[in-house]
Amino acid sequence: MRAPVSWLREFVAIPSDQDGRAIAEKLINAGLEVETVETLGAGVIGPLVVGHVVGIEELTEFKKPIRWCQVNVGVEHGGVRGVICGARNFVQGDLVVVALPGTELPGGFKIAQRETYGKLSDGMICSARELGLGDDHDGIIILASDHVVGEDAKPIVGVGEEILDIAVTPDRGYALSIRGLARELAIAYDLDFVDPGLELAQLPAPSGTSVPVACSSEDEQACALFTLRTVTGFNPGAPSPAWMQKRLVACGMRPVSLAVDVTNYVMLELGQPLHAFDVNKLQGSIRVGHVADGTVIETLDHVERTLNRDDLVILDNRGPIGLAGTMGGFATEIDESTTAIALEAAYFDDGSVARMARRHKLSSEASRRFERGVDRVLAPYASARATALLLEFGGGDYVGMTAVEAPLEPTVIDLPASQAGEIAGMQIHTTTVIRLLQAVGCEVDASTDVLRVGVPSWRSDITDPANLVEEVIRLIGFDEIPSRLPTAAVGHGLSTSQRLRRRVGMALAARGGVEVLNYPFVGEAEFDALRIAPNDARRSSVKLANPMNDEQPFIRASLLPGLIAAAKRNLSRGSDDLCIYELGSVVRSGMGAPVARPSVTQKPSDDAWAGLNAMLPIQSTSIAVLLAGQHSQQTWSTVARNYDWADVIEIAMNIAHTTGADLRVGPGNDESFHPGRCAQLTVSGVEVGVAGELHPRVIEALGLPARSCALEMDFDEVIARSASSRPAPAVSAQPVAKEDIALIVPESVNTAAVTSSIIEGAGELLESVRLFDIYRGQQVPQGSRSLAFALRFRASDRTLEAAEIASARQSAIDLVIQRHGATLRGA
Amino acid sequence: MSGPNTSFDPKQVSALSAESVDAVVADALGAIAGAASLADLKEVRLAHAGDRSPLALANREIGALPPAAKAEAGKRMGIARGQIKDALDQRESDLQALRDEQVLNEETVDVTLPVDRSPMGGRHPLTTLMERICDVFIAMGYDVAEGPEIEADWVNFDALNVPPDHPARTMQDTFYVESPDSGVVLRTQTSPIQIRAMLERDVPIYVVAPGRVFRTDELDATHTPVFHQVEGLAVDEGLTMADLKGTLDHFAQEMFGAGIRTRLRPSYFPFTEPSAEIDLQCFVCRGESISNPDKSCRTCGSEGWIEWGGCGMVNPRVLTAVGIDSSRYRGFAFGMGIERTLMFRNGVTDMRDMVEGDVRFTRAFGLES
Ligand SMILES: [Zn+2]
Repeated sequence: MRAPVSWLREFVAIPSDQDGRAIAEKLINAGLEVETVETLGAGVIGPLVVGHVVGIEELTEFKKPIRWCQVNVGVEHGGVRGVICGARNFVQGDLVVVALPGTELPGGFKIAQRETYGKLSDGMICSARELGLGDDHDGIIILASDHVVGEDAKPIVGVGEEILDIAVTPDRGYALSIRGLARELAIAYDLDFVDPGLELAQLPAPSGTSVPVACSSEDEQACALFTLRTVTGFNPGAPSPAWMQKRLVACGMRPVSLAVDVTNYVMLELGQPLHAFDVNKLQGSIRVGHVADGTVIETLDHVERTLNRDDLVILDNRGPIGLAGTMGGFATEIDESTTAIALEAAYFDDGSVARMARRHKLSSEASRRFERGVDRVLAPYASARATALLLEFGGGDYVGMTAVEAPLEPTVIDLPASQAGEIAGMQIHTTTVIRLLQAVGCEVDASTDVLRVGVPSWRSDITDPANLVEEVIRLIGFDEIPSRLPTAAVGHGLSTSQRLRRRVGMALAARGGVEVLNYPFVGEAEFDALRIAPNDARRSSVKLANPMNDEQPFIRASLLPGLIAAAKRNLSRGSDDLCIYELGSVVRSGMGAPVARPSVTQKPSDDAWAGLNAMLPIQSTSIAVLLAGQHSQQTWSTVARNYDWADVIEIAMNIAHTTGADLRVGPGNDESFHPGRCAQLTVSGVEVGVAGELHPRVIEALGLPARSCALEMDFDEVIARSASSRPAPAVSAQPVAKEDIALIVPESVNTAAVTSSIIEGAGELLESVRLFDIYRGQQVPQGSRSLAFALRFRASDRTLEAAEIASARQSAIDLVIQRHGATLRGA
Repeated sequence: MSGPNTSFDPKQVSALSAESVDAVVADALGAIAGAASLADLKEVRLAHAGDRSPLALANREIGALPPAAKAEAGKRMGIARGQIKDALDQRESDLQALRDEQVLNEETVDVTLPVDRSPMGGRHPLTTLMERICDVFIAMGYDVAEGPEIEADWVNFDALNVPPDHPARTMQDTFYVESPDSGVVLRTQTSPIQIRAMLERDVPIYVVAPGRVFRTDELDATHTPVFHQVEGLAVDEGLTMADLKGTLDHFAQEMFGAGIRTRLRPSYFPFTEPSAEIDLQCFVCRGESISNPDKSCRTCGSEGWIEWGGCGMVNPRVLTAVGIDSSRYRGFAFGMGIERTLMFRNGVTDMRDMVEGDVRFTRAFGLES
């Protein structure tokens, strides 16, 4: 809402020393978000005066027509001056705005006496654009004839006018009007306020020359008040007065015609949207109601709209002629030949208008106001004001008013007098509560400790005691509220998941990982690039109706596409070696069945709550890592080495070690990974993820460095299977016995299987086993390799004897031989 | 092989005379002093203090002395051997020091060589900032609450007093899942976590709720469709706006330094009543930049205050929707944007830096923001 300060001053006597900024400050403190304070014609410096065009000589010898004008700017400014002018929208005798030499216009344009077109031009006749007042038209400004030659023209054209631009929150519908803002200022400055909305304009008695257009409402729920005032014999050519146009422009609206300008002007002033019909285009009387689905109407904006049976429409005998409170129809629009006007002013229900505006994606000045609640009783007052303006400037006969109205049900709220103070946390005297509520416009019955508060008709947002409390506290000022710390309950600290997410983040960052937070939006192209099969669950089934990008309508079921995109951004910026990770939410199922919306007037039942949750896809936390490029570079102390599959498995082990999960690695199978370099990750026999080298085709399709590696694990599954507390190990101080064994094992048997057989076979004396060498070559048969393990034996209570060690070693060897078809090397 | 002398022989015992012992000692001390290296010294030690050294040999003769002379000779020998041993030890320690100085000097390295064998990574500053904020509230007895990013619109809107056709729904441009009527959205705010906390926990409730939220804004220097908020909620008997103010002041001080205050301005949120915008006193200029061109402040644009978030007393309608008796309990809630906080707190000037995952940006923060 743009509000010119001069218009506000018309309704409230703001002290003259208060400029736009000071006024804005008051409004901000009252909760109105003033975004800017703009000064019209801010760049105009120096004299701007009213001039009288006393002579025009057309100069025709130039490429374009030029006028040599004689303009009287008053004896005090040197009388008649010659001025060159290129505009043609004025005639001899008009009053115009003249910038005298010495004046500076917006953009630093200085006016001076100058030779041009063979004449000495001694000033400039100004257009609104040149004065920075708007850029609607190039014509020069023509002033009303009642101004005095030589007078200061700045206030007349609005130079120096300050405009407040206010972002009105949805609860403050009344603030979408000069009337509502003026009331707030009256409260803020503690001034008297005479409500212009409830002063009925004086209209002549109905002429009786014809009958006013009749009206009726078929839906009193949605339209509780509908009024029509009819004017005939109106002069369609009469212009709207300059002051009205000036204000409309200042408020960001475009002057159109007297009838349209008046409806807009009164809407801005009082907050009541109005609509003017051309009576001669109407067929019979006007009704408010509904039409069958599929009925078509062409609205003022020349769009054909297919109506829904829930739309609230204005109808005449032929059919729909407007969307109630949203936009009028084209067929009954007033135009340059309209002489009979039916002026609609009504109260439409906020929900009806909101739904309709949303359904038709149509937001107008009217719908914006109705959605936020228009004053329930204002319609006849606003239409009287508008009719008076039409008659004043357009002539014609007032024929009369027709109206339908449902019974008025005022809102009355019981408010314990102490409640505002209790919520604010400070003493607020009852007399203060009453005074402030009255200032807002409430009627207060204070005969008991529970105040009975009648809510004013323009505050449809006030429905609960809490709303009244807010009014009281905001008008006292939030600065007055003391500051004090409550005693919170006893907390539980972080949950296991929260704690472990932090720990894992630390562990990954400490070994060089860099966290990235990617958007969750993915698309088919990424699924295809990752070779994800058509029916795979990672082709997420959770799809957005209105994605940012049509190529990425899905919500991720895997973190890898996001990590890959981040990797490519980094690579393109010259970061060649990457270890990046993300810990974030993914979907693990499709959508559940939709359920009915529970009521908000009570707690949803357990079933209803479960139903709402079952409607959502399963969402869990995933962790993923991507490695690309070099693990280490060639430096004075290191040799160059690329990341490889073992690095990424080590990171998986690292994560598991951090959370306390007993992670097992086995051969895996995943379309996105190299078929021979993919590991399945399990905890307690449950698959929790996959790790390894990405498939060469994936790497190629995505343009990643060769041998890029990745892992992804279901973090929730990992921590669900992590030890909640870990038993302390028995640390023996007895001597250790070291034994090495080398076993020739078929390639088909993996190391993990051999290792667990060694552990099982060696028994409890075995403290640790470590693979230290792999050999393939002459002494080993084709299809096998030799695995060399270092075994450490130790007892908790004694030095082991050689025979015990030999026996345990042999048992380990025997089991591997028996189970895996291995042979002992060198045996 | 010569064994100890057990028969008295004056000729032989002349080696034990004071003169000859002094001469042996002088000879030894000279050799010790002349040893140029630890290897030399080792030979000197063998020659002058070893089993076959003159003193050792002489010592064997003590048995041959008459009993009356034994004590004196023994004493003389002890002193002599002590002198030689002390000299050897001293020389050895001198030579060791000399060698150390030489060798260790040769082993000197350039300790300013770059050591980046296992460079540190970094956690995202948004993550660590959220953790830091949570820690402030955990210390005050709050728990950390969370909720799903894909949320029922009943939880995201209806229960928060935003009915289906309310204009407030259009204040936040919402991502809808599948179809606008599916009843499922990407949460537009962390406030639905409040609803979950109130439905799933018993009063009194004190929770802080960080999370990722979504609105259909194009990515540019100041907007992103995916961003983070942190939200606080307290529901208890007798809570007031004064408690809310005190909590915010404490929070501001923990995050931005002692003495930093907050200021509330009336505003509108459907789920709080009264509602307010939270302004943070500028922690850089502390207001000294206001109307003072000499001390202009980039952090607050010389306004003295920084817009930080929103807050208010929980609307009783919200309590009703989750079955909390609003005649007995009151609540307060507040929330702020994490990206915005990081921008003014750490001087991030472009939203895209926090979104694009450039490792150079994140690594600079290490493990803290
Ligand atoms: Zn500052």
